[in-house]
Amino acid sequence: MTADEQPIIDVKGLTKTYHMGGVDVHALRGVDLTARKGEFVAILGPSGSGKSTMFHIIGGLTPPSGGEVFIAGQNLSRMSDADRTALRRTTVGFVFQKFNLLPTLTAEENIQIARHIAGNKNSNDKEFEGLIRILGIEHRLHHKPYALSGGEQQRVAIARAIVNNPAILLADEPTGNLDTENSLAVLETLKHLNQETGQTILMITHNPEAASYCAHRIVKMRDGRIVEG
Amino acid sequence: MIARMVARNLAHRPIRTFLSVLAVAVEVAMILLIVGLSEGLLQESVRRTKGIGADILIRPSTSSAAMSLSTADIPEQLVDKLLQTFPEVRLATGMTVNMGEGLQSISGVDWEKIQSMSGGIRYLEGGPPQGPFEAVVDEVYARHQKVKAGDTLRLLNHDFQVAGVVESGKMSRIFIPLATMQELMGWQGDLSQIFLKLHDSSKTSEVVEKIRAMLPSYPVFAMEDFLAHVTTDVRAMSSQFVNVIIGIAVIIGFIVVLLSMYTAVLERTREIGILKSIGASAGYIMGIVIRETLVICAGGILLGFALSFAGETMVEARFPLVTIVLFPAWMLWGAVIAVIGSVIGAFYPATRAARQDPIEALSYE
Repeated sequence: MTADEQPIIDVKGLTKTYHMGGVDVHALRGVDLTARKGEFVAILGPSGSGKSTMFHIIGGLTPPSGGEVFIAGQNLSRMSDADRTALRRTTVGFVFQKFNLLPTLTAEENIQIARHIAGNKNSNDKEFEGLIRILGIEHRLHHKPYALSGGEQQRVAIARAIVNNPAILLADEPTGNLDTENSLAVLETLKHLNQETGQTILMITHNPEAASYCAHRIVKMRDGRIVEG
Repeated sequence: MIARMVARNLAHRPIRTFLSVLAVAVEVAMILLIVGLSEGLLQESVRRTKGIGADILIRPSTSSAAMSLSTADIPEQLVDKLLQTFPEVRLATGMTVNMGEGLQSISGVDWEKIQSMSGGIRYLEGGPPQGPFEAVVDEVYARHQKVKAGDTLRLLNHDFQVAGVVESGKMSRIFIPLATMQELMGWQGDLSQIFLKLHDSSKTSEVVEKIRAMLPSYPVFAMEDFLAHVTTDVRAMSSQFVNVIIGIAVIIGFIVVLLSMYTAVLERTREIGILKSIGASAGYIMGIVIRETLVICAGGILLGFALSFAGETMVEARFPLVTIVLFPAWMLWGAVIAVIGSVIGAFYPATRAARQDPIEALSYE
């Protein structure tokens, strides 16, 4: 297997248990998942199936309880809080259902803040301009989130997630808060990014049509396990 | 980028930001005004004592350097005896002092000798007292009490006619004839203090030693030493009070900044989660909170300076007998104290923000 064929996401026997009110809740019960560089993987499953928990672990937002998780060759299971913070800064980008833009900053500042946090002060501005053109938000850069439509907010969130060229883009129900037209636009944007730039994308969705529209592969989860794919 | 975010965050809640700035401003103004008042009163007292022009001072046997006088146990005939005994003494005069209303001292003086010792006193109105119930007041007292030459003034339960208004800076603000005060107070033949002026001031120490040998039971000071004693003693006495006020001011600033930043952090829980999700470190998050605090602090310090100057103007306009001195060094100290108090106040909210669990923060509504 060559370096390019090495999986960029390699999850083996992943478990996650939460202790809530003296009760152990097993959110993940031994998940194995791989994704190659440039692959677009959709994860389908009902609420409570563990897909968001897996998303949070792969994104370094929370540590696993057991198993091993390799992200771009880094063993996440052995990482400290600070290491996982660095992983979020450099290796993964997040897109959330609720957009999660900072309300006091403009669209442009919401994107630039990610560059600032990553320390990319000397990034190529042409690259930045190209990115916002691809996402179709160049005329909305000076608006604050409340003045943008849901679709525009989500495209700003995508721009923020990929402005530092992360190895993996994690999208959690990116169309969950959007109408059909804006959902299609966002899915089209993600598909375009994957096809044109080779961006690896892991997308969580409830919607099988959305999954099959843009993903190379669909993985189904239920009760903390992968049941198909 | 952080500067912009800090500015937007503060502008997002203008009333909270303003109240926090105001709290820091009150803290700074309290410190500066209390220190300025304490030091102003002291310096004014020293300036006026110096204004007599004496080289040596003899105090009552029971007095300390810092305590005000309202006693007279120095025999008056000592004045002539000192003049006769020590050829180095050019002028000698005695004075009685009584604390009048509002802690404003009244001096009983031999007016001609006081004028001569102090190198002349300039009259702004009227002239020296001619009769036993005539008084002279200084310009500050005259302005504050709205009195002029010819007016009647009630002092020591007696009516005095104001003979003249003089420039300030010569011991007291109110002068009456020495003999009158001695009689009214039952101090006939006694003095509260004796001032000596030498032909040659460089011999002050030598003469002081000789007088101490002659009058072992009376405190005898070179005027410079006396003023240094007064300054040291008064500062020592006032420092505890000043420290208590500074402590209260710091606690006010600390609590307001803590509450303000704690509320801000709580309100921005989700935003902190967003920043963490895009890789902001604990230090980065803390940096934002601390920077916001420092901006509030800077605004509070500037407003505090403005309030202090306004307070100084208002107090001196309302109470002309009170002097406030705002020192640049204490302005710096006030600023440093405000910054330290505020940063300590912001530390817990900043730490709490930095320790937020990103998933919990992102799900915060």
